[in-house]
Amino acid sequence: MARARPIAFQNARLVDPESGYDGAGALVVANETIAGISKGKDFSGLSGDVQIIDCAGGLLAPGLIDLRVKTGEPGAETRETLRSAALAAAAGGVTGFVVQPDTDPAVDDPSVVDFILRRARDIDAARVYCAGAATKGLKGAEIAEIGLMREAGCVYVTDVDHPVVDSRVLRRVMAYAKTFDLAVAHRPSDPWLSQGAAATEGEFAGRLGLPSAPVMAERIGLERDLALAELTGARLLVDQITSAGALEALARAKARGVKVVATASINHLSFNELDIGDYRTFARLDPPLRCEDDRQALIEALASGLVDIVVSAHAPAPAEDKRLPFDEAAPGGVGLETLLPALLALYHDGRAPLVDLLRAVTLAPARFLGLSSGRLAPGAPADLVLCDLGAPVIIDADKLVSKSKNSPFDGRRLQGRVLRTVVGGKVVFRAAE
Amino acid sequence: MTAFAPGIDEVRARTFPFPRRHFLSAMDVNVVEAQQLLDLADGFVALNRQTTKKLDLLKGRTLMNLFFENSTRTQASFELAGKRLGADVMNMSVRTSSVAKGETLIDTAVTLNAMQPDLLVVRHASSGAAALLSQKVGCSVINAGDGQHEHPTQALLDALSMRRAFGRVAGLTVAICGDVMHSRVARSNVNLLNTLGADVRLVGPPTLMPAGAEHWGATVYHDLEKGIAGADVVMMLRLQLERMQGALVPSTREYFRFWGLDREKLKAASGGVRVMHPGPMNRGVEIDSDVADDPAVSLIQDQVEMGVAARMAVLASLAARLDNH
Repeated sequence: MARARPIAFQNARLVDPESGYDGAGALVVANETIAGISKGKDFSGLSGDVQIIDCAGGLLAPGLIDLRVKTGEPGAETRETLRSAALAAAAGGVTGFVVQPDTDPAVDDPSVVDFILRRARDIDAARVYCAGAATKGLKGAEIAEIGLMREAGCVYVTDVDHPVVDSRVLRRVMAYAKTFDLAVAHRPSDPWLSQGAAATEGEFAGRLGLPSAPVMAERIGLERDLALAELTGARLLVDQITSAGALEALARAKARGVKVVATASINHLSFNELDIGDYRTFARLDPPLRCEDDRQALIEALASGLVDIVVSAHAPAPAEDKRLPFDEAAPGGVGLETLLPALLALYHDGRAPLVDLLRAVTLAPARFLGLSSGRLAPGAPADLVLCDLGAPVIIDADKLVSKSKNSPFDGRRLQGRVLRTVVGGKVVFRAAE
Repeated sequence: MTAFAPGIDEVRARTFPFPRRHFLSAMDVNVVEAQQLLDLADGFVALNRQTTKKLDLLKGRTLMNLFFENSTRTQASFELAGKRLGADVMNMSVRTSSVAKGETLIDTAVTLNAMQPDLLVVRHASSGAAALLSQKVGCSVINAGDGQHEHPTQALLDALSMRRAFGRVAGLTVAICGDVMHSRVARSNVNLLNTLGADVRLVGPPTLMPAGAEHWGATVYHDLEKGIAGADVVMMLRLQLERMQGALVPSTREYFRFWGLDREKLKAASGGVRVMHPGPMNRGVEIDSDVADDPAVSLIQDQVEMGVAARMAVLASLAARLDNH
C-alpha cells in the first residue's frame, strides 16, 4: 500500500484539551500520526510533497470519542450496522466510539467481542471499540466472562440500560472486573422505582398521564453504586447522570476519593421534559428527560468538571418502533451526527470555554479508555475534526447518514458544521461544498 | 337551566362548527365553546326525551367506534349518539395482544382511514394514543379515553349534569375523590371545570395522587371528610381493582373505611350536595349503595343520559366543521 501524502492543516484555530491551548496555528499529519504542530503561525517552507489544507480559521480539534453507541449489529442490522454507525460518526466528527453489548446475541462472551472487532477492522471511517456485558445475557444474575472478553479486546463492561438489581451481583462484578483492570459502567437507577416509567414524575408527566418515576430513583441507585465502588475499589463509570440530586452524591464520592468517572448524554444537556410536548416519541429517552433545573445543574457540572465525559447515547430505532403511543415507543435517539454541534451550543451560549467542552468528548474519554488519542500532540494518532464553528445548521433527521432517523434534534437550529474528519491521517469525511 | 324543550330547528340553530378538527382533550375548548357545547347538548337532552329521536344532522356521515379497550357503556353511548344524529355507525373492538399493540393501532388506523370515515371515536390503553392516531388519519378523531390522560366527553357530560342540577358550573365546589393517579376522567374534569370556573378539589390517598397535582388548578386533600367539606358536588372515581396488585392501598375494606363515600361522611358536604360517578361503580369499595341509589343526592343515572346528549353535541359540531371545510 502506498503511503499517504502528508497533510498540512494551515490557518486553523487549534484547540488542544491536553495543553489547554486554544489559538491560531497549524498542524501536519504524516504516517497516521500528528507529525508537528505550529502554534500561533502557519508552517512555512513545506515541501511540495505535502498536501495543504487551508482551514480558513476553522476549529481543528482531536476527533470525538463517544463512549456510548448502540448499533443493531449483530441481530438488528435494519436499525444500524457497525459500518453505517461509523459513517454517521465520520459525518459528525466522531473518530472513535464504543459499541454497547446489548445486541442479539449479547456481547457476553469473547467470541462476540472478536466478531465485532473483526468486522470493525474492515471499517476505515471510525475506530470501533467494544464494551462487554457485565452479566451473562445482561440478566443481572451471573458474571459474564469478563477476563476472556478483556483478552479479546473489550474496553469496559456494562449491562447498558439494565441496572444490576442484585447488589451482591454488582459487587462481585466490580470486584472481579477490577482484577482485570476493567471499569464497570453502570446506569444509576433504582430498578423498582423506575420500573415501567416512560417519563420523569412531576406535574408535566402527571398531566400527560404517562407512567413515570421520581428523579430520586437515580440518586438512590447512584448512592448504592458509589458505595459498592468504594467497597470494592473498582473503577466506576456512571452511565449518564441527569439530575441535580445525583450530582451532589457524585461530588461527595469524588471528594472521598472513590474511583469514579461520570458521563452525561448530550440529550440531557440539550432538552428538558417539556420537549416531550404532545407525546413526541423522538423525545422518549432512557433515562427520561428531566426538568429544566436538572438540565441547568448538569450543564454547570460539566463546566466545573464534575461531569467528566459527554456521550451521544446513540440509540437507533426504526420508524415502526417510534410511531407508537409514547409509553410503548422504543426509548433513545440517534446522536453521532449531532453530538458536536449540540455541544457547541453550550459554547455559543457562553456556558463553558470551548476547550473544556471539547475535553469532555476527546481527552477525557480517551484517558478513560487508556488511549493516546484525544489530544493535539506530536506522536498522537492523527484523529481530527475540522469544523466551521459558526456555520448555522438546521438538523434534518431525514438527511442523517445513520440508518435510523430518530433524532430528538430534528428541526433544531444549531451552529457548527463538520468540514472534514480524519482518522489515522486519512480523510474519512468531507462536507459537500 | 333549560326548562323549555327546544325544537329541532332551535337545536339546529345552536349547532356550531367545532374549533378544531379533533376533540382530544378538554383543553381543546375555551369557555365560550364549552358553554356552546353545553347549550347544544341541552337541546339534545330534550329531543332525546321525545318519541321521535332521529335527526339528520349527520346524515350521510360515517362514524367509527374504534375501541382497543373494552367499554360497553362509552361505546354504546357514542353508537346511540351517532345513530340518533343519522350517521352510519360501525363498531370495531380490537382485542390487543400485548406483543403488537402499537402495530395494531397504526395499522388499524390506516386501514380504517382508507374506508373514508368522517368521525373516528377512539379508546386506547396508552396515553397519547388518540393524538398519535389523529396525525395519521384524514377524519375527525374523538378521544374516548387514552390511557391515564383524558376522556373529554366524560368531562362534558359531567359538566352538563352539574349545570342542569345547579343551573351553573361557575362557582361550584367540586371534589373529585379516589384514584386520581390512574384516572383520565379526573384529568379531563379538572381541565374543563377550571375552564368553566368551578373550584376543584382532588381527594385521595397519597399513593393514588399523582405528583404535582396541586399545580393542575386544584387543591389536594388526603382526608375525604376535609376534602368534601362544603362541597356542592362529590365525584367519586372508580378504584380499578387491578390497582390493588401494585400495593397502592392495603385492602378494599380499608379503602372504603377512609376514602369510600357513605351517608355519614357525606354529611361533611354542603346541604344540597349531589354525588356523581363515571361508572361502573364498585359498590362498597368507593361508594355505598345507600348513597349511589338515592335519587335525592345521586346524579349517577343522569350522567348516563347526559352522556348521549353531550356526545351528540360533540359529533354534531365536529360534523358542522367538516361541512365548512
